[in-house]
Amino acid sequence: MLIIKDLYVSVEGMEILKGINLKVKPGEIHAIMGPNGSGKSTLANVLAGKEEYEVTSGEVTYTGEDLLEMSPEDRAREGLFLSFQYPVEIPGVPMVNFLKTSINEQRKYRGQEELTAGEFLKYMREKMELVDMHTKLTNRSVNEGFSGGEKKKNEIFQMALLEPKLAILDETDSGLDIDALKTVARGVNTLRSPENATIVVTHYQRLLDYIIPDYVHVLYQGKIVKSAGKELALELEEKGYDWIKKEMAV
Amino acid sequence: MVEQDKILNEVTQSEYKYGFITEIDTDIIDKGLNEDVVRTIWKKKNEPEFMLGFRLEAFRKWQKMKMPNWAYLKVPPIDFQEISYYAAPKKKPQYESLDEVDPELIETFNKLGIPLEEQKHLAGVAVDAVIDSVSVKTTFKETLAEQGIIFCSFSEAVQEHPDLVQKYLGQAVPVADNYFAALNSAVFSDGSFCYIPKGVKCPMELSTYFRINAANTGQFERTLIVADDDSYVSYLEGCTAPMRDENQLHAAVVEIIALDRAEVKYSTVQNWYPGDKNGKGGIYNFVTKRGVCRGVSSKISWTQVETGSAITWKYPSCILMGDNSVGEFNSVAVTNNHQQADTGSKMIHIGKNTKSTIISKGISAGKSDNSYRGLVKVLPGAINSRNFSQCDSLLLNDTCGAHTFPYIEVGNKSSIVEHEATTSKIGEDQIFYCNQRGIDTEKAIGMIVNGYAKEVLNKLPMEFAVEAQKLLQISLEGSVG
Repeated sequence: MLIIKDLYVSVEGMEILKGINLKVKPGEIHAIMGPNGSGKSTLANVLAGKEEYEVTSGEVTYTGEDLLEMSPEDRAREGLFLSFQYPVEIPGVPMVNFLKTSINEQRKYRGQEELTAGEFLKYMREKMELVDMHTKLTNRSVNEGFSGGEKKKNEIFQMALLEPKLAILDETDSGLDIDALKTVARGVNTLRSPENATIVVTHYQRLLDYIIPDYVHVLYQGKIVKSAGKELALELEEKGYDWIKKEMAV
Repeated sequence: MVEQDKILNEVTQSEYKYGFITEIDTDIIDKGLNEDVVRTIWKKKNEPEFMLGFRLEAFRKWQKMKMPNWAYLKVPPIDFQEISYYAAPKKKPQYESLDEVDPELIETFNKLGIPLEEQKHLAGVAVDAVIDSVSVKTTFKETLAEQGIIFCSFSEAVQEHPDLVQKYLGQAVPVADNYFAALNSAVFSDGSFCYIPKGVKCPMELSTYFRINAANTGQFERTLIVADDDSYVSYLEGCTAPMRDENQLHAAVVEIIALDRAEVKYSTVQNWYPGDKNGKGGIYNFVTKRGVCRGVSSKISWTQVETGSAITWKYPSCILMGDNSVGEFNSVAVTNNHQQADTGSKMIHIGKNTKSTIISKGISAGKSDNSYRGLVKVLPGAINSRNFSQCDSLLLNDTCGAHTFPYIEVGNKSSIVEHEATTSKIGEDQIFYCNQRGIDTEKAIGMIVNGYAKEVLNKLPMEFAVEAQKLLQISLEGSVG
């Protein structure tokens, strides 16, 4: 589904990613871990197509197509979803309108009929239950007046609505209490299917107690320095990132 | 970053969608302005004697006045002798039914999206349409007349209700109030008149559509609204003009008088031709709008969505004379390309316990300049008065400007005046967030801007709010390459 080959990325002239290689197949969950500043969020953002990240070399293929050639909105319409580390507030734009526009833009792109207001509301209500979303939130402006936890829940709620092929969760666990963490994990697990894949970007291991990854990769200084099964996450939790740093220094 | 700016540029350079010209036989008088021209207009309009006095006084005062230059605007010199001051569709517009209306004119209305026929039957909105200088058709007149409401062209009002006109004309905007108001008072050829009798709540929205059509003409219309004791009316005004290379002058005056406990809502969607991308052509819009809350507990609210005109100079104001009277001003002003707008409001508190609110949302794009200018004046006798002003500016790029000039004068200690102002640039993060959900940049900007202006758009009557939302989108969007 996703093949990253030797990807180099700079931000404002500074090289952040220095040769990333990664393969994600349908049905898989990959966790990308690493200390602060290792390039985790850069990777998430560059896959979503954020402007200020400059790809200096390398290739990314997504469902057989050149991802880097696609506009951010077309990536989204092709089923790539990013759960933002810091979801953005858009004052005056009601959540409901935003979501309906989002869904219908994607449906239009795929040649499907747009949902009417009634159909959309019915569909939205089903998904709200899944992540325990309150109407008081969907009636507000996009992310405005949401707590940190509510913003993250809102990201997963959007993911549930859009049913992406590839979801990238960028530090979705940061700032969540244990109940919220469980809700988020339940959302991700319910949506899991043999057709779609998830990349979980996280600093801590604790989210991986609830979302069990097939593979864990450690990103350090812009490179994936270690890849293994889910047991790697536990090892990291126990030994800390210093262990990797020391190993790298040798 | 550069790419983002490029998209924003493309997005914000849109075409004017109302730029058609209608071929209608027009009766135009020669260019130029002098006392004879004023008399000719008076004679053509077949007006009573007092109107000549009004016009001549205004003209004589205007001759001694100078064009104001205090606004944050670059106004090229206007040659007032190069303008024709009267242009009317030739077939005298006294129609019994729509069949008699010039088909070209009907077509114009259809292009504007205000098919008269449909309006008549479906929309429940009474429309008075002013093309060039003359009011063409007032619909729903009979229905309104049953309740004693007078809604007609200004010419008709002068003929049929001269007492009312004489009593209230110039009461809110005196003949020599300012340069453009004086010019208007001297040469105005038509407009709309509305009188709501005591205790009557007008059952439908009243609406006027203004359109400048003929070349080299100025449009000087006059609107006078009188709301008698305990009455209510909601009044809508829409404006469009064809695309022309040269600039055209529009200098209108709107006067509102609200008597005891009367309420008048005045909403404008102004979409005069703004000129092309390079700043060529466009309407110079110099408008004086003022309401007097003369009665106790009366209320006047102005709501405006300003997207058009090359230059806008406009400060809808309220004079709060009656005790407990209320004034409101809600504005969204969009400037794009080379447009300039200097707009805002004046709230003059004279009566006790008077309240006023100013909400101004400026949106600047392209190379435009967008200024808010406002005066809140509380006189010594206006004890316990309150004002709240909020002026927000949204910038879409680095080449446009937003400016705020608030003036506050408070003459007593029991009154409270508050002013809040913010300036922000449209967030690239907000646009990217929308993109990531499958919404393209053009739609995203439309959504963000509409969200920003929502507080004001919500004050518009339903059908106008929808139109205003589309207009905001149209004035800021184009084709994204």
